[in-house]
Amino acid sequence: MVLPRSRELLERARRRTQYLWSMLVQTFRLMVGVPDYETYVRHRQEKHPGIPWMSHTEFFRERQRKRYESGAGKCC
Amino acid sequence: MTEHSRTMQSSGFSKMVWFLISILGAGSLGVVALSRGEPINAIWLVIAAVCTYFVAYRFYGLFIAHQVLQVDPSLPTPAMRLNDGLDYVPTQKYVLFGHHFAAIAGAGPLVGPVLAAQMGYLPGTLWILAGVVFAGAVQDMLVLFISTRRDGRSLGDIVRLEMGKSAGAVAMIGVLLIMIIILAVLALVVVKALAGSPWGTFTVFATIPIALIMGIYGRFIRPGKIAEMSVIGFVLLMSALVFGQHVSESASLAPLFTYTAIQLAMIIIGYGFAASVMPVWLLLAPRDYLSTFLKIGAIVALAIGIVVVMPMMRMPALTRFIDGTGPVFSGGLFPFLFITIACGSVSGFHALISSGTTPKMIESEAQVPFVGYGGMLMESFVAIMAMVAAGVIDPGVYFALNSPAALIGTDVANAASVISGWGFTITPDVLLQTAKDVGESSILSRAGGAPTLAVGMAHIFSGLIGGKAMMGFWYHFAILFEALFILTAVDAGTRVARFMIQDLIGSVIPAFRATHSWTNNLIGSAIAVGMWGYILYTGVIDPLGGINTLWPLFGISNQMLAAVALIMCTVVLLKMKKQRYAWVTIIPTTFLLICTLTAGLQKVFSDVPAIGFLAHARKFKDSLAQGQIIAPARTLEQMHQIVWNDYVDATLAGAFVAVVIVVLFYGIQVARKALANPKVTALESHGVAKVTRIA
Repeated sequence: MVLPRSRELLERARRRTQYLWSMLVQTFRLMVGVPDYETYVRHRQEKHPGIPWMSHTEFFRERQRKRYESGAGKCC
Repeated sequence: MTEHSRTMQSSGFSKMVWFLISILGAGSLGVVALSRGEPINAIWLVIAAVCTYFVAYRFYGLFIAHQVLQVDPSLPTPAMRLNDGLDYVPTQKYVLFGHHFAAIAGAGPLVGPVLAAQMGYLPGTLWILAGVVFAGAVQDMLVLFISTRRDGRSLGDIVRLEMGKSAGAVAMIGVLLIMIIILAVLALVVVKALAGSPWGTFTVFATIPIALIMGIYGRFIRPGKIAEMSVIGFVLLMSALVFGQHVSESASLAPLFTYTAIQLAMIIIGYGFAASVMPVWLLLAPRDYLSTFLKIGAIVALAIGIVVVMPMMRMPALTRFIDGTGPVFSGGLFPFLFITIACGSVSGFHALISSGTTPKMIESEAQVPFVGYGGMLMESFVAIMAMVAAGVIDPGVYFALNSPAALIGTDVANAASVISGWGFTITPDVLLQTAKDVGESSILSRAGGAPTLAVGMAHIFSGLIGGKAMMGFWYHFAILFEALFILTAVDAGTRVARFMIQDLIGSVIPAFRATHSWTNNLIGSAIAVGMWGYILYTGVIDPLGGINTLWPLFGISNQMLAAVALIMCTVVLLKMKKQRYAWVTIIPTTFLLICTLTAGLQKVFSDVPAIGFLAHARKFKDSLAQGQIIAPARTLEQMHQIVWNDYVDATLAGAFVAVVIVVLFYGIQVARKALANPKVTALESHGVAKVTRIA
């Protein structure tokens, strides 16, 4: 009786940690202007099916170039 | 237990928690404000600040969001409507908070409080807290809200949209001027920190090859691996920092990295030009990653350091310099304290960020108070920590670091006797020893915040790890971390200024708008660098050390932009027919207008040469007429230079005043029209609010 319950708890903790970690990674990436690639791909697949999307490298380069063109920049 | 009684219990519990937070906050503020004579622990400042933030967020921030703005979670945000997976992406609230905070936090909140500490820690601390609660966080949140309701438009676009073309154009010129001043002042901070410091100069120079390595790695070897790039960069950076000590102690290497302030200014100007025309992936982006992560890391480490070490504040609550005779910045508490601490209380620059990338990523309007108001509270906390860092060091050392050479001279004996004469007893030995502890040859007249902060941080961190032996490391770490993100800002800012200049000139010569043309690129960059480079140069040769002259100009321009943003917010509130609540922006706008206009006019017209640019010019002109040379000028040419610089600075201060007055004029006109119109006239993108929200 004890074992499955603790396994379930362990599994839940693992999933929770994984989620928090992915949020942390996303936060740090977005701090330097690179949004989540998977979200982008999912968006393209859902909203623009059939049209090819950027590879991870193209996506990264596009975002990097865009960040310093917008003029949003940094604060003092 | 029924659902009802559970809610009752939780609301009773929550009431009790808020009551306790309020009591704790009020008690800590009491300790901070009322203790006289005996030093207090820095932790009281931290507790007072944190409690103030919680109470302010819960009872004022949320009040504005829900009662005044009536944020509507059911309205689709730009991220939802215009989702493209790139710029417009619905983003989790904590992730977005991190993004927004990283964009607004810079060197400003670290430098201002350090300078303001000359009046004691109390006036600055009170202004940081009151300013953020009633002005800064309100501005950031409102601009974020207003931009979110307008497809994430920029501040300039919103002013144009809601207040007319002319007001928009004037506001844009104001933004360009503030960019130029910010770049000059920030570069000056770096120059002040690195002059005659081979250790610091070596590590900051080392960031260039390190960034290039990172850039090539992230471009060709492992594209897009930000974490790997950053770890490589960080390891190299720390190695450079450690090796820097050997450089400073080596008889053959040290001279290669020892420069005067003027040489450093020239190097930074040349660097700024080169960096702004290079591809971003090579230098700017990798260094941006390093500086962003280092900044977040240093802020977290400083917070942990203060809470664990719990240092005592050695600076008194109030010093004799509240009368306006202080050496660090000239002028009385009003208005000059309020423009010295700009970022951390209220910063107009944030209006650009809050109408930049953040509104395009808001998932639901319900996030607006947390990201907008909360993000600014966090920034304010950084300012409080800077105040703590400045307050925990020996006040004598503080004044040695921050007073211009014109007042304390250039040798420790003289400096110690002058500073002791001000009532902050210090011996030449302590000044020498402090310099030695941090691995520098001198700590005199290093105004600009960075070195003071570095000594303070070294003081706090060395209590945590490494003790005195590590002080040199921590000092240069702090210098490096500040120089790193200042140089990133200089690089990115020069680009932004270049685009603005191209846009401005392009309205007359359309061909100049093409941003991919190399000729335009070079000319635009040269104009941008020339403008801030010139002001930087005047700061470096300035008799009062530059910061004393230029920081107030920066403060005025930043608060001016805040006033412009708040005028726009007021206009929009009136156009939404929310005049009942318009006081939430009218009060801070009025206060900022009074401060900026008084300070601006005093900087131009005051009879005191230490404050008024024209009076200062007159003083030097009169001596010139009699053929006399007064210190610190040594030649007639330098005398002419000083007079000319005064006129340039007076013109800039005058221009800021003019921009505010013009925008205010348009603001009042539009506001009166909006008041007379019984209908909602705010131009929101989705058109829903226009029909439903008539107050």
